[in-house]
Amino acid sequence: MENASHNTMTEAALPAGLATPLIDDAARVSIRGLNFYYGANHALKNINIDYADKKTTAMIGPSGCGKSTLLRVLNRMYDLYPGQRAEGEVMIGGENIISPGQDLNQLRRKVGMVFQKPTPFPKSIYENVIFGVRLHEKLSKSEMDERVEWALTRAALWNEVKDRLSASAIGLSGGQQQRLCIARSIAVRPEVLLLDEPTSALDPISTLKIEELIDELKQDFTIIIVTHNMQQAGRCADQVGFFYLGELVEVGPSSQIFTAPRERRTQEYITGRFG
Amino acid sequence: MPEDPKHIVTSFELDLKKLRDMIAGMGGLVERAVADATTALLDHDPAIAASVVEMDPKIDAEERNVEQFAIRLLALRQPVADDLRQVVSALKVITDLERIGDYASNVAKRSLVINKMASTFALSGLGQMARLVQQNLKTVIDAAGEADPAKAVTVWRADQAVDDLYNTIFRELITYMMEDARSITACTHLLFIAKNLERIGDHATNIAELTYYAVTGESLPDFRPKGDQTSAYVHASSAGE
Repeated sequence: MENASHNTMTEAALPAGLATPLIDDAARVSIRGLNFYYGANHALKNINIDYADKKTTAMIGPSGCGKSTLLRVLNRMYDLYPGQRAEGEVMIGGENIISPGQDLNQLRRKVGMVFQKPTPFPKSIYENVIFGVRLHEKLSKSEMDERVEWALTRAALWNEVKDRLSASAIGLSGGQQQRLCIARSIAVRPEVLLLDEPTSALDPISTLKIEELIDELKQDFTIIIVTHNMQQAGRCADQVGFFYLGELVEVGPSSQIFTAPRERRTQEYITGRFG
Repeated sequence: MPEDPKHIVTSFELDLKKLRDMIAGMGGLVERAVADATTALLDHDPAIAASVVEMDPKIDAEERNVEQFAIRLLALRQPVADDLRQVVSALKVITDLERIGDYASNVAKRSLVINKMASTFALSGLGQMARLVQQNLKTVIDAAGEADPAKAVTVWRADQAVDDLYNTIFRELITYMMEDARSITACTHLLFIAKNLERIGDHATNIAELTYYAVTGESLPDFRPKGDQTSAYVHASSAGE
């Protein structure tokens, strides 16, 4: 558990009274003093947050508040665009992942991401799942078969597709496609799973299946989910962070955020009184 | 505390206002019942006593109305934060109000019995207790309607005075009964009336606690001023044996 030790090490250096982590469990991802710029636009302002190991964190806030930007920082997707830059410390597994020396391929193996709309490749179901694995690992055919079954089972899709693994992924329903994308993300066995509004394009039953899946997956992964659905944040997440205008206004256990938020802006947003 | 901005969805804002109005309406009925029961007792007025007893089913019906409305709000609006606290505390407040209605009705029924008896016991102590209880009840219903935590705390603290009066009346009535066994029936009814008033005070305190939580999101401390010591009361003569 070298990854989780980061927090413990820094905590140990602090005087006893100050060594109180945000949440009791060891942090898998620890962000300190993060600023992010789209050119001149200061999109994230001095963000400090810990994502605990094997817990789900939901990030909520109005459009443009910076929550999706933060997801893009966590897997360095912003690197694809010139003029975008991050400053500060984003520690995953003892490494500051926004430092220039970070190996992006390694990072993206450690940090998986699922998007708002399902993004299956126009390939077979099998090929979709094994795609990322091929990039990072040399596996025998039987090992690959095993990995595909494992990922599809963890993504609660195996029983529905096991007889048609060579069929095109495009033929799956929206909910199945999204679970396939989750299977693809977890097939490389990441440490952190990022979900950007994963159910906004899905019907209620598919949404509940994904939510059930999130509950299952957090036994193995650290999950960070961006959602516009307050009830979903309440149902899925152990902790909730509220972002507004690039600031992290408040972060706390879901039960506290949704019953007695500390900050007035949080209360106004989640109760629908904003503006 | 600055005024909260309104909800974006106007109909939700109206629903929450309607809930507050319904609580205030039910609170008004209950206040009236307690006031009338007191009048029935102090003025020996059987007609008013009868009207209090008749009012009780109306209070019960109002409780069911508010309950249904609050459940509908929970199901359709899925409130969170202060909205959630308001709806949940409304559900509990109406239970307290309904109980207060029951106690008022009980006081009215007993006043009818007492009217038929020749009692030498002065009712001024009970009258004073009833006034204090009514004052607390009015303040706490205002506190709930105006979402005013300071008023809620006032009531929460004021219950001590009601309990002190109750203890005094309790001792006084015991003394009466010991002096003259013929007064036992009347005094027992009066004792129950005093207990009913004391319980009304406790329910007002509950409403104060619920209101404080609904508005601030914080609970008042577990220890509340509580002064009913009569459960441990042993009369001096029997204590010495």
